Amino acid sequence: MAEHSLFPDQWVDRYADYLYNYAVARVGDIEIAKDLVQETFFAGLNSAKNYKGEASERTWLVSILKRKVIDHYRRSNSKKGKAEVRINYNTDSDSEGDWLEEQIADPFSKDGDNIMENEELGLALQDCIAKLPQKQAQVFKMKTIQGMETEDICNELGINPSNLWVMIHRARTSLMGCLNENWF
Amino acid sequence: MKITCGQAADICNRSQYKESNFWERLKLRLHMAQCKTCKSYSRRNAKLTSLCDKAGLCCLSEEDKKGMRRNLENQA
Repeated sequence: MAEHSLFPDQWVDRYADYLYNYAVARVGDIEIAKDLVQETFFAGLNSAKNYKGEASERTWLVSILKRKVIDHYRRSNSKKGKAEVRINYNTDSDSEGDWLEEQIADPFSKDGDNIMENEELGLALQDCIAKLPQKQAQVFKMKTIQGMETEDICNELGINPSNLWVMIHRARTSLMGCLNENWF
Repeated sequence: MKITCGQAADICNRSQYKESNFWERLKLRLHMAQCKTCKSYSRRNAKLTSLCDKAGLCCLSEEDKKGMRRNLENQA
C-alpha cells in the first residue's frame, strides 16, 4: 500500500535547501548543517528499502535528519564534555566572576518566541518556494536569498534581464498567494 | 509621466531589490495614487520582502549541491 515512493536522484534538487535550513536552525553552524544533510541523504539511500510509503518523501527525510541532529549533539557531548569537571562556572572570560543570577535568561525577553516564529516562517517560505516551477525558484533564490547581482544571474543562466524580472514577478506573485493565509 | 500597471509592477519588483531609480519610484508613486490594485500589490510585495528578510533563509550554493549529487551517485 505504498502511497508515496522515493526518487533519490531528485532529492538534492527538491529537499536539500529545506533540510539545510532545518539543520542550520538546530545546530547553528553552516558547515555541520551541510554535512548532516549529506549524511541524511546517504542514510536515506541505505534504508530506502525500509521506506513504507506512509509518510511523504520529505517527512521521511526530515525524520532521518532529526536523528542525525541528535547524533551530532551526542557526539559533541561524549568526547570530553561529559568527563570534564568544570571548576569555573563561567568559562567566558568577559563575564568571569559575575554572579550566576546575572546569567539566567531574562524572563521578559521575547527572543525565544521570535526565533521560533522566524524558523516557522522560514520553513513555510521554503515550502512555498518548493512549489514554484524549478526555474522560477532558482532565480528567486539566487536573487533574494543569495543576494546575487542581476547581471551575474543572467550570465550564469544565460537569460536576459527582462526574462529575469518576469520570472521574479511570477515567483513573487505566487509566493504572496501561497503565504497569504498565515503570514499576511 | 504615465505608466501602465505592468510597468508599475516591474518598478515595484525592482524596488524590492533596490534596483529602481528615483524617477521610476516617482512614477510608481503617481501611478499608485490612482490605482488601488497596484497600491495593494506594492504593499504585499514589500511585506514579502520583509518576511524574506525576517526568515533569514540560507540556501546551499550550486557547487555544494553538485558535490552532494556526485556523492550520492557514487554511493548508489
